[in-house]
Amino acid sequence: MEETVQHFKKRSPKRKQERFGKTISLVATIFIVSIVFSILFFVASRGLRTFTEHGVSAIDFFAGTAWRPGEVSDAGEPLVGAFPMIAGSFLVTIFSALLATPFALGAAIFMTEISPKTGKKYLQPVIELLVGIPSVVYGFIGLTVIVPFIRQIFGGTGFGVLAATLVLFVMILPTTTSMAVDTLNAVPRYYREASFAMGATRWQTIYKVVLRAASPGLLTAVIFGMARAFGEALAVQMVIGNAALVPDSLTTPASTLTSILTMNMGNTVLGTLENDVLWSLATILLFMSLFFNILTRWIGKKGAMK
Amino acid sequence: MKNKIIVPNEKQISKRILKNKFAKGIFFAATLFGMVVLATLIIRILTQGIGYLNIDFLTNYASRRPEDAGIKAAIMGTIWVMSITIPVSLILGVSTSIYLEEYAPKNKFTRFIELNLANLAGVPSVVFGLLGLTMFVRFFQMGRSILAGGFTMALLILPVIVVASKEAIRSIPQEQYEAAYAMGATKWQIIRTVVIPAATPGILTGAILSLSRGVGETASLLMIGAMTFIAYVPDSVLDGFTVLPIQIFNWASRPQAEFQSVAAAGSIVLLLILIIMNSLAILIRNKYSKRY
Repeated sequence: MEETVQHFKKRSPKRKQERFGKTISLVATIFIVSIVFSILFFVASRGLRTFTEHGVSAIDFFAGTAWRPGEVSDAGEPLVGAFPMIAGSFLVTIFSALLATPFALGAAIFMTEISPKTGKKYLQPVIELLVGIPSVVYGFIGLTVIVPFIRQIFGGTGFGVLAATLVLFVMILPTTTSMAVDTLNAVPRYYREASFAMGATRWQTIYKVVLRAASPGLLTAVIFGMARAFGEALAVQMVIGNAALVPDSLTTPASTLTSILTMNMGNTVLGTLENDVLWSLATILLFMSLFFNILTRWIGKKGAMK
Repeated sequence: MKNKIIVPNEKQISKRILKNKFAKGIFFAATLFGMVVLATLIIRILTQGIGYLNIDFLTNYASRRPEDAGIKAAIMGTIWVMSITIPVSLILGVSTSIYLEEYAPKNKFTRFIELNLANLAGVPSVVFGLLGLTMFVRFFQMGRSILAGGFTMALLILPVIVVASKEAIRSIPQEQYEAAYAMGATKWQIIRTVVIPAATPGILTGAILSLSRGVGETASLLMIGAMTFIAYVPDSVLDGFTVLPIQIFNWASRPQAEFQSVAAAGSIVLLLILIIMNSLAILIRNKYSKRY
């Protein structure tokens, strides 16, 4: 009896291992959570310095159109209006999503509904390949194909919102398509069978049954593509021209939040206004990405497939 | 509830069939468009870059003269950065997914962590670059080194690895656990002998795919200050570095037309590396996808 009790009282090596395993994995998890918070904290605390330390008013920052950090206006106010970049980011994101969505949905429907065999065997790998192409290659193509093309047709330099939109369109097309394909594949087979059994044509089935059942997921796919477009830095920077001006035409040089960030971050000194306004731009970027994320979650919750 | 049965007449039916054909044509055209874009992209890069692609290109350093320019430093830089990124991101990522799937109670806190992971996955890579710049380069005094680059990259791909590993662990059938528990195994023993072996193919697939994202990643490394002109092979993790996409970016931004072709040649090499990595991942996935 005594022996048995002793046996159970003793800490077994297995128990030790058990604790060890749990500790390691918990530490890793805490580490990741702390990364999320340190990103939020770093970026937001630096970004807010523009307003707290340097006394720039929020209206001047968000609505001001003159972006010449380091210089001051006649009234002595620093010229850090971020509106040109904010407008640029939103314009290229919305335009590229508007262009890409019909093509992505069309391709996804073709791959899942009309020709699933070819879709799975040949098209899916091609799409996956396209998703994996790095942005620098897309940017390079933009620089050597799209920009000269626009220059030829519309004149000017060719750099601008239109070039960025086209590059982003090609970039987010595979992302959106592959997510849309996943969504369409998740629509239960018997939905389609029921529809066909009622004598519906394929188009009727697609339009009245499949697309409706899949619409929350398809919306998520579109938003995901927009999030990618909004956060893309390099490919856009290569073709947009990087002039901090409010774009008054699609073919004049403009800029986005990300392009100004990558261009200028290395050239500024920590703690100066020039540097802190860049962090403010990054804060906008970060909150937009959180917003896209919350939006997809919300849609997922609202329209979960029954 | 309408009880009337509407029988479509012939005209209506043929109209529907026509619509059907029309829709089919449109969807096919949309798909074709994607294929044409891919084909143009690849043909364009191939025709422009193939002339510069030879052994010298792989073994030369960057140069002022386009015909002497090569990608040795860039490839070595990519390998060095990855040698930091792979262990860091795998150890952290897989541990996290094991914790979340095996240990964590299903409560609000766990859901909160998962929400954070999803948010992290959506953060643009420039912001990771900013974080790397402040945290690793400046705060931890690593400088613009391979170490800082590798850590930044690890953070960037971490959420993707966690999500893929979680998925792999979740797809292990419940019976496997039950069998192990019935044999008297502890949780840690189950993780070591059941979960990890069963989830390895899935984790590997996810890891390779996210690493290939890392290999092509430019913006964040550009932010932390990877150089663009390096004429040596780094020999410690504290050396400066450049990676393949940054080298391509640099060449593409130069005004001389010859450097555009060099950039195209670099792109061919980069795409080849990525295609090999992705095919490997797909191969692993297909081989092990129907085990249970």
